[in-house]
Amino acid sequence: MSSAEWEAVVGLEVHAHLKTLTKMFCRCELEYGAAENTRTCPVCLAHPGALPVPNGRAIEMTILLGLALDCEIAEHAVFDRKNYFYPDLPKGYQISQYEAPLCGPGRFLLPTADGEREIGIVRAHLEEDAAKTVHSGGATGRSVGADYSLVDFNRGGTPLLEIVGAPDLRSAEEATWFLRLLRQTIVDLGISDADMEKGTLRADVNVSVRQRGEQGFRPRWEIKNMNSFRFIGRAIEAAFRQQVEAHEAGEEVVQSTYDYDDHTDRLTVHRSKEEADDYRYFPEPDLVPVEPPAELVERLRAEVPERPADRIRRLADELGFAPAAELVTTGNEWKAEALAAEGVEWKAAAAIAMNRGGFLPENAGALARIVQANVTREALDEAFAAAAEGPIEADDYLARTALGDEDELVPVIDAVLAAHPEQVETYRGGKEGVLGFLVGQVMRETQGNADPKVVNRLLAERLRRE
Amino acid sequence: MAIDRKQLLHVARLARLELREDEIERLEGQLNDILAAVSKVSELDLSDVPPTSHPLDVVNVWEEDEPRPCLTVEEALANAPERRGDFFKVPPGGAA
Repeated sequence: MSSAEWEAVVGLEVHAHLKTLTKMFCRCELEYGAAENTRTCPVCLAHPGALPVPNGRAIEMTILLGLALDCEIAEHAVFDRKNYFYPDLPKGYQISQYEAPLCGPGRFLLPTADGEREIGIVRAHLEEDAAKTVHSGGATGRSVGADYSLVDFNRGGTPLLEIVGAPDLRSAEEATWFLRLLRQTIVDLGISDADMEKGTLRADVNVSVRQRGEQGFRPRWEIKNMNSFRFIGRAIEAAFRQQVEAHEAGEEVVQSTYDYDDHTDRLTVHRSKEEADDYRYFPEPDLVPVEPPAELVERLRAEVPERPADRIRRLADELGFAPAAELVTTGNEWKAEALAAEGVEWKAAAAIAMNRGGFLPENAGALARIVQANVTREALDEAFAAAAEGPIEADDYLARTALGDEDELVPVIDAVLAAHPEQVETYRGGKEGVLGFLVGQVMRETQGNADPKVVNRLLAERLRRE
Repeated sequence: MAIDRKQLLHVARLARLELREDEIERLEGQLNDILAAVSKVSELDLSDVPPTSHPLDVVNVWEEDEPRPCLTVEEALANAPERRGDFFKVPPGGAA
């Protein structure tokens, strides 16, 4: 049995911090990096008698996400208590959603180089985050062996969106690509910064393996709280390797929570709890059900922008999948579209969008005229710099055409060839990559004013001639 | 449905309660009396009745996303069992 016959089965659970102004169940202001314990009140500190009131905007944001993921929006949603004791959870329970989440089953159409893949969305729901705990004393700096913990309640009670994906992903590459596009979808909706480095996007990764064609699922490993695309990819690959090894050796693969160690590139069983989780969920008696009115859902549906997966699909018709995916995931596609709309050829527009900074959309027409003219590199640089600041006039730059006159360029080119006999030899030896160096030399001699296309042609002609 | 000693101890542990032997016996009896009383409901045919998640016939209560003043750090920490700087100091995470 070779590992080529095995496939990974991956499901992601994603948590995103919502970009509301206030917390989920009280109106304490959210502020990233505020001094510790300056954003608290009786509700989020769980003082006796304090009652939660939901944040209407957070409910709207969750419905927005559900609409973008083609989820069924609940007609009747309920908040539940998830009961457990931990210092970062002063009430002794987290308010979450269990049996009746705001968003039911949906789907994510994932564009890939090999066509479309449909990734199921199981549900999306709203909950409150726990406070931030700093473990102190002890040898490891982790909760195990610490002497005491320090708690900052600023994050306690902030709104968290949880999205549960179906186990429909089949490789580390596919899983990270899905997560990238899901992240971009969340960012484009304006509901979260979804920044892994800042911790506003976290993922729990479930991995199992099975042989191709096999039905059903084998025991899975859960890797919690991952906050880097790269480590998620590596952890999935490590889990895949270790599980295949175990299955092939006839060892039991135990369903459990695992930690990924990037130094050893291996997963180890998370310190297991003495007993299984028993959260005793029940409906939160302090909150009434949410029944999203149809007119609210329809208003929100109109707010959903074109989804990044749809943009990639549309741009891929012009550019092919890889450049379209790169433009969209780097947030550069609007520049390419603005230039293409003004007549710049798509591939050229995409290259400019990737290599140049932003510009005011009103300048797209002027820039399109400038990039299609043979202006000098310097003029182009200045035009883009100015286009980011204020309105520009194409005519101010169009006069500065690049040096394309052969009579002027030929002497410079001949001088460059004479000065670099080694590179000429290399080129004629078959390594045509050296042409770029020679073009660069000509550009330098002409202070960047030569037209690179003409220089390329003249150089190649001369190099091939002798 | 009845609760036995094992379940009682499990629930007590989840609630972080330490029970004496006489309390275990007394609570086992009391909890089973409560369960028996509540199970009266199951004598009725309720197949057409949707589950009640809330006793009030009210839905969609929420607030606008507008900040209101927070407590000061001193107010927030006034009831802390212990403090260190502006943090609450508590037993290490996970300790029962």
